[in-house]
Amino acid sequence: MTELSFENHIMTQFDEELEEIRTRLMEMGGKVEQQLKNAILSIHEGDSKLAKDVIDQEKFIDQMEKDLDDSCILVIARRQPAASDLRLVMAVTKAVNDLERIGDEAKKIANHSIILSGEDNKKSGYPEVRHIGASVSKMLSDALTAFARFDAEAAMKTFNQDVQIDLEYKTALRELMTYMMEDPKSITHVINILWVVRSLERIGDHTKNLCEQIVFVVQGKDIRHD
Amino acid sequence: MSNSKLSQSISTDGADPKISEQVLDVEKDLLSMESYSTIGNNLVEDAKMSVRNVNVFYGDKQAIFDVHMDIKKNEVIAMIGPSGCGKSTFLRTLNRMNDTIDSCVVSGEVTMDGENLYDPKLDVVELRARVGMVFQKPNPFPKSIFENVAYGPRLHGLADSKVDLDELVENSLKKAGLWEEAKDRLHQPGTGLSGGQQQRLCIARAIAVEPEVILMDEPCSALDPIATARIEELIEELSQNFTIAIVTHSMQQAARVSHRTAYFHLGKLIEVNPTETVFTMPEHKLTEAYITGRFG
Repeated sequence: MTELSFENHIMTQFDEELEEIRTRLMEMGGKVEQQLKNAILSIHEGDSKLAKDVIDQEKFIDQMEKDLDDSCILVIARRQPAASDLRLVMAVTKAVNDLERIGDEAKKIANHSIILSGEDNKKSGYPEVRHIGASVSKMLSDALTAFARFDAEAAMKTFNQDVQIDLEYKTALRELMTYMMEDPKSITHVINILWVVRSLERIGDHTKNLCEQIVFVVQGKDIRHD
Repeated sequence: MSNSKLSQSISTDGADPKISEQVLDVEKDLLSMESYSTIGNNLVEDAKMSVRNVNVFYGDKQAIFDVHMDIKKNEVIAMIGPSGCGKSTFLRTLNRMNDTIDSCVVSGEVTMDGENLYDPKLDVVELRARVGMVFQKPNPFPKSIFENVAYGPRLHGLADSKVDLDELVENSLKKAGLWEEAKDRLHQPGTGLSGGQQQRLCIARAIAVEPEVILMDEPCSALDPIATARIEELIEELSQNFTIAIVTHSMQQAARVSHRTAYFHLGKLIEVNPTETVFTMPEHKLTEAYITGRFG
């Protein structure tokens, strides 16, 4: 199967149900992407109001996860999807889980952002956050685009971006350690940064899972743990 | 299947307008193809039955095109496909039921354990005992339950004494999962049973003559869901001892009971693969389109 289509079922209602699941997954993806961007931005701007907004919005993502899971269960019960339809539904139930976890990590980043904004002008570690933050945001955005287009090739490329993020994460850890050694008074501050960087790295892992699901939907191949 | 019905199904005039263009294109290619090859694992090593180069004609209409396929020992293989795709016709070539239709001509080779089933010297009655058949509508003889099951063994001389015959009938009814319901009414007419029970009686009748292969042509399409579930459970049990080929309109049924699934389209065998592959990752576009409900 080269081109994937979720239309042209004899039951047009089934087309609509799958289309709706797909649209809502994209909505959820967009929302999560925004949460991540805002959480990172709130750190750089020292904007605790924005960070608080990220924390408040998280519950809507949780609700989206539950609603999408319900829709998937209903489609399975009602339509007994097979082949590409089945793969789509299964992939969506897994993808919403990863998106929700990304939302959780964004909330954690926002929590640390509020603490960081209360400190006086300590900026060590910010370049590392900016760096990994940009890589992770791009990766998530690429993964969602690949999902929207059912582009397995793009998903594979995005999947491989995680190697770079892991590398950046290790480099950042080393750098953060040197800050702590240089100035023990900055340890509390640097540990907050460390948690942020850690969350970003985890988001990379969840985004990698999203890419695996895209390959599964399009090609039927399970590339997990390969 | 009558000639007119078959010619209808072979022409594409009546195609569903909702069929996607993609599928139509593939279908067009398929129609114009003189030779084609089946995708997947249609040939296996330990084959019980082997079908090679089989073409079936009803008069001048060709219903089956150059089918190559093996049926493995003790497997359940399901034939699926849209109406008129030739799956029932194919099933009937396996025990020469097509011989009963005058205009029907079968060419090619069908063997069971290496023995040519179309050998003119072969005893067709004996063949149909070795390759039993269960039909869409339960068709018990207008006799008692006991006689329905005992008829075949008696005809083929499988029981020497009354005791033997009683035992054979009991065992067959047990294997068909009907014994508990029927043991107290063995001498009442088989037609007095419910639809699902009648179908299990037909299965008991088929297995009483100790067949090697059982062919089932939509065995559950006249039954309610509970009776269907019982037959499906039975198919699973029977596959321990028999090789089963089943034609079904219910894709879920094929997914539930079979080990391999064969997809027919316009008389051609498009794909044969393990059932889990066919229902999660079919190789051919037409299989995908059919099992996801895009035409049928």
